[in-house]
Amino acid sequence: MNHTLHFTVNGEPYEIVAASHHTLLQVLREQLALTGTKNGCEAGECGACAVLIRWPGADRFEPVNSCMVLAPEVAGAEIVTIEGLAHDDQLDPLQEAFIVTGATQCGFCTPGILINARALLDRNPDPSDAEIRAALVGNLCRCTGYIRILDAVKMAARTRKEALR
Amino acid sequence: MSQAPHHKPQLSASGRKPSLIGTSPLRIEGRAKVTGAATYVDDMPFGPALLHGMIKRSPIAHGLIKRIDVSKARALPGVRVVVTGQDFPGYTGLYLKDRRIFALDRVRYVGEAVAAVAADTPEIAQRALDLIEVEYEPLPGVFDPEFGASPAAPLVHPDLGNYECAPFIFPQPGTNISNWFKVRKGNMAQGWAAADLIYEHRYQVPHIQHVPLEPHVCVAQQDVNGKITLWSSSQSPFAQRNLIAKALNIGHSQLRVITPYVGGGFGSKAGVSIEGAAVALAMHARGRPVKLRMTREEEFYTTFVRQGLVAYIKMGMTKDGRITAVENRFYWDGGAYTEYGVNITRAAGYSGSGPYFVPNIHVDSYCVYTNHPIGGPMRGFGMAEIHFGIEQHIDQMALQLGLDPVQVRLLNCLKDGQETLTGMIMHPTGLSQCIRKAAEAIGWNAAPPPQDEKSHKRRGKGLAAMWKAPAMPPNPGSSAVVRLNEDGTATVSIGGVDIGQGAMTAMAQLAAEGLGIRVEDVRVNTVDTDYSPYEWQTVASRLTWSMGNAVLQAAENARHQILQTVAEAWGEDINDLDIVDGQVVSYRTEEARPLRDLVIYGLQRPDGTWVGGPVVGQGRFMPEYVTPLDPETGQGPRAVVHFTTGCQAVEVEVDEETGEVTVLKIVSAYDVGRAINPEMVRTQMEGGAVQGMSTALLEQIILKDGVPANPNFTDYRIATAVDAPLETENIIVEVPQDDGPFGARGVGEHPMVPTAPAIANAVYNTVGVRISSLPITGEKIWAALHPQEADPAMTPV
Repeated sequence: MNHTLHFTVNGEPYEIVAASHHTLLQVLREQLALTGTKNGCEAGECGACAVLIRWPGADRFEPVNSCMVLAPEVAGAEIVTIEGLAHDDQLDPLQEAFIVTGATQCGFCTPGILINARALLDRNPDPSDAEIRAALVGNLCRCTGYIRILDAVKMAARTRKEALR
Repeated sequence: MSQAPHHKPQLSASGRKPSLIGTSPLRIEGRAKVTGAATYVDDMPFGPALLHGMIKRSPIAHGLIKRIDVSKARALPGVRVVVTGQDFPGYTGLYLKDRRIFALDRVRYVGEAVAAVAADTPEIAQRALDLIEVEYEPLPGVFDPEFGASPAAPLVHPDLGNYECAPFIFPQPGTNISNWFKVRKGNMAQGWAAADLIYEHRYQVPHIQHVPLEPHVCVAQQDVNGKITLWSSSQSPFAQRNLIAKALNIGHSQLRVITPYVGGGFGSKAGVSIEGAAVALAMHARGRPVKLRMTREEEFYTTFVRQGLVAYIKMGMTKDGRITAVENRFYWDGGAYTEYGVNITRAAGYSGSGPYFVPNIHVDSYCVYTNHPIGGPMRGFGMAEIHFGIEQHIDQMALQLGLDPVQVRLLNCLKDGQETLTGMIMHPTGLSQCIRKAAEAIGWNAAPPPQDEKSHKRRGKGLAAMWKAPAMPPNPGSSAVVRLNEDGTATVSIGGVDIGQGAMTAMAQLAAEGLGIRVEDVRVNTVDTDYSPYEWQTVASRLTWSMGNAVLQAAENARHQILQTVAEAWGEDINDLDIVDGQVVSYRTEEARPLRDLVIYGLQRPDGTWVGGPVVGQGRFMPEYVTPLDPETGQGPRAVVHFTTGCQAVEVEVDEETGEVTVLKIVSAYDVGRAINPEMVRTQMEGGAVQGMSTALLEQIILKDGVPANPNFTDYRIATAVDAPLETENIIVEVPQDDGPFGARGVGEHPMVPTAPAIANAVYNTVGVRISSLPITGEKIWAALHPQEADPAMTPV
């Protein structure tokens, strides 16, 4: 069965038709050509497809694995993908920090990790090392060994605090 | 063109000290990767004509195909292509041609491709697979390499004697042994007689998965002229072109391989795995593109896995710690096809002493066919597996003799000018430095912290050394083109792939250094075999060294063209000219001219005529000095191009109540010759160490009668952010490589080689338990600590 859905992605309103069994990941990648969100396992186990979502009526965004969300569920929701993290060419402090610390290698897990890290800093601006590790436990990375990623999140937290001052 | 740099390796072409080498510019594709803009194969648009391919796989480990009926699948609306082994009966393979794109008459592992379909949607493709009928006659299987090597084992490849293979591979027809590499050096009887302690032990390494986060994916399309384009997530665009063209009997220029960004490889995307099937489908798809994308489950056991190993190590040592003799037998679980695996066992054979001087040594390295998934190359192939045993063995013997394992390693480790086990003279190496620095950084000689008697958590340290040579044919080539653009920037074309290791950034640095321009003024292209120059493969930690030489030479060639033009136009001696920060300068007249004024249009001579033209530099490199080894003794003057050496030291905490191991700190020290980009070298060390830690503590493909039991991330865990060590230290040692660009040699694979034995040694140091099989699980440690309570089935091997 097909559904006509309205939702926003990165601030832009969309109207699309999706089959009941299609996932949000498929809709983003195949219908909206937002391919920064990656497909690593289609089983909710690797975190490469993470996006931020604000459900209708919710007061804030939360990270979800988009392969685990069926398209009809997102009617009325607001979604932010990796393509929506930067604004007008201005990178998010996390994105800057990932480049500077060397936290990206092959880059395939990077969008999902940035999404989860952004969700962490939005709810906890000053996370401890253990809190960062716990927040990213659902994101697999085979290249970096995670240490630079932890450094990058700490660096971005500092940058955000300084910007608030 | 000469094959090695024509100047001293540590200096640039102008004779200056390099200004960009040893600096750490940021990853040149970093912005694309953090914004989601970097395009991987699965991200490329192919429009509504795209067909979705899927593979019908064998559910049994070994059997004859009695009948395949694809008529119902073909009749299903929306199905456009169905192919089977009948359509492509030719053999393929990198070192041994033992494999077909689809099984023809016999299947040899669970998951083997027997047919493929391409359909308008994935849903239709899945239904078509279900409609394909295959009737098998099951055969007894081989699920253990030692049994497989015995005369009692059923033959997995009765035709082994008819397969084509590389001249340095020695199949044993009539057996399951597809390669037998031998080392025979010295006098074993004398070696054993000189020993005060002789110790023999068995070590076991299971199959593991590479786990690139991007699964294998490719798209193939044939145009009206018959030319095929393959978009492939690959470490080996040129090897894919070569192997697929030969397998399908088409011309090399009739096949074009395009590789955009690659989401990790670790060896799994070397050579050919799924790509032949996509091309086979495309050849029947009437011009429509066909995509083949592995699911995560397929990724776990149908592309490549790391081979399993059973190693018997016997070593003799004097009471002061000198190694007198070594006798090693390696039984490799090569899986159903060993087209790549035969070279893994060869590499393990010629490295079989570990990084030590051993005067008397026998090594037998057997590549054994089994009915398991296909063993392929994985990061440092062969080395992580053999060092797991060798490095524990050294520790165990040192401790039995009451000696310090670090001192025993320093005593025996290969020094400049000593003979390796194959008779090659060891080149200058920083191995001793690496061992000393790693030991110092972990606080090897520091007194252990006081143990809280009430706590059941204990701390200890361990260390392991390593060596590894690029494992490859004697003559793998690299080439590069450096083109100058109107604005004075340069575009570098290479055939090697940045799979995350940072090759594009290192090549940009080398091109910028060779030309005399800024790194930010260099663009590096991803690979398209129609436009990129040849590169053998992105494997063996060889790009910085081999492709780096080609890029540097191409840049210096372009530089020379530019300076010749200027010398003629200005009436100057070329030796008085240089290029600095994108400007040609004359040291004689102090005149300067930006490159953008001359690299395309040339320069005007005083008489008004013009000289020069578009600048295109070319470079190439191929080692010309590797010698064959005697098939009976493994001896020869130069087995390999060079060895990168190193050492890791770890501190662990072991919970005596649960057996759980926590890695607190990993120190890595490697001799990289010269670090082109030190920060990227450190990220390779760190990422490799954590991958090594993950394989040490967590990873194993559980195979029962050939059936994988855990092909998903819930049952096959890899290290997460929570598991990563609290601290790492990454130490660069630089003893220059004589034929490396500015002295560089590779380090991409090495950082995961010694991690598992270092952790095993640390576990022994902490709780006195020797774990001889990977992974080092809490269950194994607990069972060894509590032998009375343990279930015998859990007792460690």
